[in-house]
Amino acid sequence: MALDKALPLGEPQQSPLRSLAIAVWRRPALGASALLAGPMGWLVLIYLAALATLFISAFWSVNDFTGEIVHSWTLDNFRQLVESSVYPHIALRTIGIAFAVTLTDIVLAFPLAYFMARIARPKLRAALFAMVLLPLWSSYLARVYAWRLILSHDGVLNWFLLELGLPRAHIGYTNWAMWIVFSYIWLPFMVMPIYAAIERIPGSFLEASQDLGGRGLRTLRKVILPLAMPGVIAGSIFTFSLTLGDYITPVLVGGPGSNFIGNVVFSNVGIANNIPFAAAFATVPLVVMAIYLFIARRLGAFEMM
Amino acid sequence: MESKAARLFLGAWTLMIMLFLFIPIAIIVVYAFNASNIQSWPIAGFSLRWFGETWANEAVRHALWLSVRVALFATTISVVLGSLAAFAVHYYRFPGRESIAFLVVLPIALPGIITGMALSSFFVVTGVNLSILTIVIGHATFCIVIVYNNVIARLRQLPRSLSEASMDLGGDAFYTFRRVTLPMISTSVVSGGILAFALSFDEVIVTTFTAGAQNTLPLWIFGAIRLGQKLPEVNVVVLIVMLFTLIPVLLSYRMMNKAPASAGR
Repeated sequence: MALDKALPLGEPQQSPLRSLAIAVWRRPALGASALLAGPMGWLVLIYLAALATLFISAFWSVNDFTGEIVHSWTLDNFRQLVESSVYPHIALRTIGIAFAVTLTDIVLAFPLAYFMARIARPKLRAALFAMVLLPLWSSYLARVYAWRLILSHDGVLNWFLLELGLPRAHIGYTNWAMWIVFSYIWLPFMVMPIYAAIERIPGSFLEASQDLGGRGLRTLRKVILPLAMPGVIAGSIFTFSLTLGDYITPVLVGGPGSNFIGNVVFSNVGIANNIPFAAAFATVPLVVMAIYLFIARRLGAFEMM
Repeated sequence: MESKAARLFLGAWTLMIMLFLFIPIAIIVVYAFNASNIQSWPIAGFSLRWFGETWANEAVRHALWLSVRVALFATTISVVLGSLAAFAVHYYRFPGRESIAFLVVLPIALPGIITGMALSSFFVVTGVNLSILTIVIGHATFCIVIVYNNVIARLRQLPRSLSEASMDLGGDAFYTFRRVTLPMISTSVVSGGILAFALSFDEVIVTTFTAGAQNTLPLWIFGAIRLGQKLPEVNVVVLIVMLFTLIPVLLSYRMMNKAPASAGR
């Protein structure tokens, strides 16, 4: 710090700002409230209020003739959901694919995370770290669109198969396409927490296991997997929640019969203008995630985030 | 410790995943230079033709401008609110402190349609018309956590003794903040802001619920792909969006990794 800009010596300065500083110092509650007023005001008055509105409006209905929202309590939206022949199917498809994507990402990520944490030298590890995170920041739409180009009839995949003398694959616009694309897009979210969990395992544990006669796979199953589990669960929160709440990928790479919960919600907001029904359906992923987070916390996943 | 076979398997697996991660991105780059307007592989030839045509498209320019403005406003708001929340949680002990971190994360931890749908019904019920303002509100809400995480991570690295020394030497809270704390955390604030910008610039799901009839750049892309129109332009725009998010993120990454030396870790 340059000397000429330093505080003058001698008596403490007197100024309104300084009195304020002293007042805040003596009463920490004042300082904390001043700092929190903005962010908490925003999050509570806008975000929590919005969530509350969502929850409440799920119990409202829409007048069929005027299209106005009727503010009287009803369970009709939920009844309509449960009794319908379509919506339970859509909910199950969404949850099922979210599970499939989560399992796939665990399988894809685990060996990679293990390699990064225990085999790669520091330089290679840093490079891999950057390479795993980079796609995450390179535009979600771009990456979904890339798969549309790959899986389409005249796309890269079929060109490759024809070159090998194999028949064309018809994956584009199916549930298979959604499964591949979701697994691709959310993979980095799974790699990071598993890596963090494996890196924390002390090498001596593995040596001890081997000294006691545990061969490679036995050590993996009995020592590494249990200790890496919180990381796996933490990653699965992301892959599961993100898939559950998506509706862009189903539109872009799914077929006509591959609606997700999000697609129904969106079309009820934008086109049918039935916000109460959309809100009711949106509570399904909310409840599923609440249960998932509850279980995850019990399994210790939050220590890995 | 791992057997040779295991190491070989893990290395090969890592290589495969890297190819899996980067081949689609490489394909995006290649397609942007496609000379033909037919989207088949292999591309007919290389050309810069579609870059010019894309720039000539007024809808694209409009969408780009809207995206830039939204991202700048959302970034500004989230930098202020995220930093304030980080200071409060780091420097003070108060009841409900734990739940603040939770509340800040909530907008991105919950599935995107929940946040979008919640804001949408909130705006309908309160009678707020959808405009650039509602898009900014949505983006700022989920960007706060990015800045918050960056700033609080840096604050935790700072030795408390530095600000104590400043105060012992007669600096009050404001002076200490301006001359000691702020210079040490400034890179984390900036890099948090950059990440928030990138996140906002690329967001689709919440935006579709808060934009009404307007198009941000991602919304334009989404609409064009869905209708199967202007696909050669989509190839170009998608590449541009990718660069718009990737380059700032690389900058921010360098900043966060260079800074600690001067921040006295």
